[in-house]
Amino acid sequence: MTDHLDKKPEAAAHEVEHYVDPTPFNPATTEELSPEQERFYQASQWQIMWWKFKRHKLAVWSGVVLILFYLCVPFAEVIAPYTANTRDSQHLYAPPQSVHLFHEGQFVGPFVYGMKSEVDLNSMKWVFSEDRTDVQPIRYFCFGDEYQFWGLWDGSFHLFCPAEGGTLFLLGTDRLGRDMFSGLVYGARLSLTVGLVGVTISIVLGLFFGGIAGYFGGIADNLIQRVIEIMRSLPELPLWMALSAALPVTWSPVWIYFGLTIILGLLDWPGLARAVRSKLLSLREEEYAKAAVLMGAKPKRVITRHLLPGFSSHVIASATLSIPSMILGETALSFLNLGLRRPSVSWGVLLNEAQNISVVTVYPWLMAPVIPIIIVVLAFNFLGDGLRDAADPYK
Amino acid sequence: MHYAEAGRDDNVNVLSVEGLSVDFHTAEGKVRAVDDVTFAVPENKTVALVGESGSGKTVISQTIMGLLPPSAVISSGQVVLSDPSGEIDPVDIGSLDRKGARMRQLRGNRVSIIFQEPMTSLSPLHTIGDQIGEAVLLHRNVGGPEARELTQEMLRLVRFPDPKRALDAYPFELSGGLRQRAMIAMAMICHPALLIADEPTTALDVTIQAEILKLIKEVQSELKMSVLMITHDFGVVANMADEVVVIYHGRIMERGTAQQLFSNPKHDYLKALLNAVPSFHMDKDERLAPIRPIEVKADDLKQGRTECKVAPGEPLVDVKNITKRFGLRKSGLFSSSKSFVTALDQVNLTIRRGECLGLVGESGSGKTTAAKAILRAMEIDEGAVCYNHGDGLRDIADLTGDDLMDYRRRVQLIFQDPFSSLNPRMTINDVLIEPLEIHGIGTPSERADRARSLMSLVGLDARFLRRYPHSFSGGQRQRIGIARALALNPEFLLCDEPTSALDVSVQAQILNLLQDLKRDLNLTYLFVSHNLAVVDYIADRIAVMCRGRVVEIGETREIVSNPLHPYTQALLSAVPEPDLNTPLDFAALDENRASEPASWPEPFRLEAGVAPTLIEMEPEHFVCAPGLQEARALEGTAA
Repeated sequence: MTDHLDKKPEAAAHEVEHYVDPTPFNPATTEELSPEQERFYQASQWQIMWWKFKRHKLAVWSGVVLILFYLCVPFAEVIAPYTANTRDSQHLYAPPQSVHLFHEGQFVGPFVYGMKSEVDLNSMKWVFSEDRTDVQPIRYFCFGDEYQFWGLWDGSFHLFCPAEGGTLFLLGTDRLGRDMFSGLVYGARLSLTVGLVGVTISIVLGLFFGGIAGYFGGIADNLIQRVIEIMRSLPELPLWMALSAALPVTWSPVWIYFGLTIILGLLDWPGLARAVRSKLLSLREEEYAKAAVLMGAKPKRVITRHLLPGFSSHVIASATLSIPSMILGETALSFLNLGLRRPSVSWGVLLNEAQNISVVTVYPWLMAPVIPIIIVVLAFNFLGDGLRDAADPYK
Repeated sequence: MHYAEAGRDDNVNVLSVEGLSVDFHTAEGKVRAVDDVTFAVPENKTVALVGESGSGKTVISQTIMGLLPPSAVISSGQVVLSDPSGEIDPVDIGSLDRKGARMRQLRGNRVSIIFQEPMTSLSPLHTIGDQIGEAVLLHRNVGGPEARELTQEMLRLVRFPDPKRALDAYPFELSGGLRQRAMIAMAMICHPALLIADEPTTALDVTIQAEILKLIKEVQSELKMSVLMITHDFGVVANMADEVVVIYHGRIMERGTAQQLFSNPKHDYLKALLNAVPSFHMDKDERLAPIRPIEVKADDLKQGRTECKVAPGEPLVDVKNITKRFGLRKSGLFSSSKSFVTALDQVNLTIRRGECLGLVGESGSGKTTAAKAILRAMEIDEGAVCYNHGDGLRDIADLTGDDLMDYRRRVQLIFQDPFSSLNPRMTINDVLIEPLEIHGIGTPSERADRARSLMSLVGLDARFLRRYPHSFSGGQRQRIGIARALALNPEFLLCDEPTSALDVSVQAQILNLLQDLKRDLNLTYLFVSHNLAVVDYIADRIAVMCRGRVVEIGETREIVSNPLHPYTQALLSAVPEPDLNTPLDFAALDENRASEPASWPEPFRLEAGVAPTLIEMEPEHFVCAPGLQEARALEGTAA
């Protein structure tokens, strides 16, 4: 190339060096694979989705948070120090007790100070203050408030309880002296399962109607699409209110709960049905589905072998994203006194206490249920996002 | 270094790429896409950058345009642009901020690019005039009316039929060829020093490709600019390039003038690549030499194979006068009238047992619709498709139940796109035994044996059966698709553009595989393709389709060496050959006339509504010439 430079510009422009790469050429190198590639290439759809999902850190942590919350569902009685309806008439509207570790510079382990109460005669209210001399260490793996586990077996074992004769109101109490923290733990049982049961109903309906509309098309598709459009045009909250107001007052709490989930599920399926339909329509046009048809496969085989596996992951993702709206729906209805009622406890029922703004300004801890609701709804949204990103591993 | 200096000293090289390496930082680690690449684009010359998919040629073009994605890092080397017009000083593009003002000033002004896909590279929301004029407004400091003037001038230069009207046209009003012309106008409007053409004709039909190549050549000589032509097609290279750079896996394999590389290829890769391209000059018995040849082991499959009972040479499939119309919905709110597009107009085809019939046509010619009709994947409006099951020809529309299943066994399709035709959620084993399951053939262990012998039939390792399709390259997937099609011992294979999505080196491999299978298993093929050279290589007879009609049909040699129909002639003359001695005859290109039946010369002229009658103009060589039929009819009455 140096002599190239010495020549005149014209010559350099016309004389081009014929360069040949000196390294030996082996066309087979591109077909060799490393062990990691081999592992990846033998991985099924679900494995690749899991690897992809794991990379979405926010979604993974949301999943962990949700698992912790859902632990309250089976073990509410054990986790909560009191039962949801235990009343302490000595401590009405008691403020949250904070947990301390050191008493007068000495380490004692987690404990709370006892509460002194006196009546403020001006406002005619109980006023609570910490009694700095009364150290009440928290007990662990202890026997305390009695309950019926799952409504079946009697028990009194708790993860942690207040000191003998003491109190442990981590988030304060309400107007009847019921512990807010225990209420939240019990409330999770209903609030968190409403979404799951509702979504199950919604998935069944959505798959059924979306499947019919997407695979058979024609009149069925038209009819279902019009019904969906009508349902979507109805205002959601008034409809919920009307339907839940129609639930008989005489029903037991369990029936009310199921009635409520069915209402939420019945009104949620159109979105899922549309997702199923559009996914089916696009998958039906995939060449591998056509190939199966041209090989003589019957519709049942095409649907089960080629179409269903293709969109099951999408259905899971969109279902996850519709759980929060169910949780919020239940909360809204119970808050408005149209859903669950005492003695059932859900986060909406607990919030019912906070309907009066003047009460909330004086006893702000009544708003505590808002915090788990926000966390759970956000976590479901992040988790759903992660699932949706991972849902199509071949893109 | 040397190139860069040469560029500064004598101002000869508009672009000098020196020791360029580009790394991609991905989740799997660092991937080197471009490895120590050195080449230069001299002033007023065309340099072709040739490589297969994944070779890094697009990364190089992105580097020059400053369009590399954020995950890409230039780890060494420089890319020096020296503008011969002196408008800017020589600058190392690699060192500029990709989003900075200096890069923006270069991009679209001194360096511009034409993309591959004209359908998606224009915004549908703006008029052609606005989109082309945008670059002038940004870079040339002119006002609206002046920009419009310049745009119109540019549209005239790229041979728009009516430049003034085209200014206010929206992209959807233009054909693919015109859109690509608009793209070229947009790239040229600032009179760039360097034009990068990234596969500018790959998405276009062959006659339009020739026009666009001609246009690029003309505009280049008129505006005195340098062109970096990125392509995988040696035919395009031979017709366009002064110098050629061959790239493989990010490394330059060979570089030199077109003359040097075509007459004296030195590197094994280039030699192999040139041997893998089919051309019209090959003898009938000559075989392509793929870079990675595969061995066909058909012994397992031959055992217990039910042979086709039709004697060789007898008609196996007879397509009689089929017509297919697609209804178009009128856009009017109250009008319910429907208009029709005739996709197939009285098509007649006979496929003889043991032969390979090539069906050639440009996009929209109806060749895929014809294939679908033969597969009974679609209802036809008129005519019949008859298939010989060994007991005479029977209309396939009458088949039901077991007879239809039997037909589905005998006739198999090989798809164009090897990526979407395999279910990504099934292992290769499941893919291969699926046809057997559908037809209820064999026990599970027999099916497993069958899957293994199918794999060895197409030269793949039986260990791959546990893998999923995403682990295979395009060529390997296509081989799996072929294996699946052969699982049921078919007699007749319909190949719908089986190689058009593949690289040239893989294309040769698949073509040879299909040829070997046909020989070993006594198969009959209908080979649908837009690529005349490929069809010439594999087919015994060729049928040419245009606008839903068969215009010419005959022996391959006969059609290629003695085309009678004007459309076939135009098609053949537009195919760029990978040979410097047979350049395209740009002067003979007739602007867009060839595919318009109403403007064909007599006796070939075809008005709407006239039956496209095939006349045997020479022995076994039929041509659609309605005029001739009338003449003969007249002769007949006269006699």
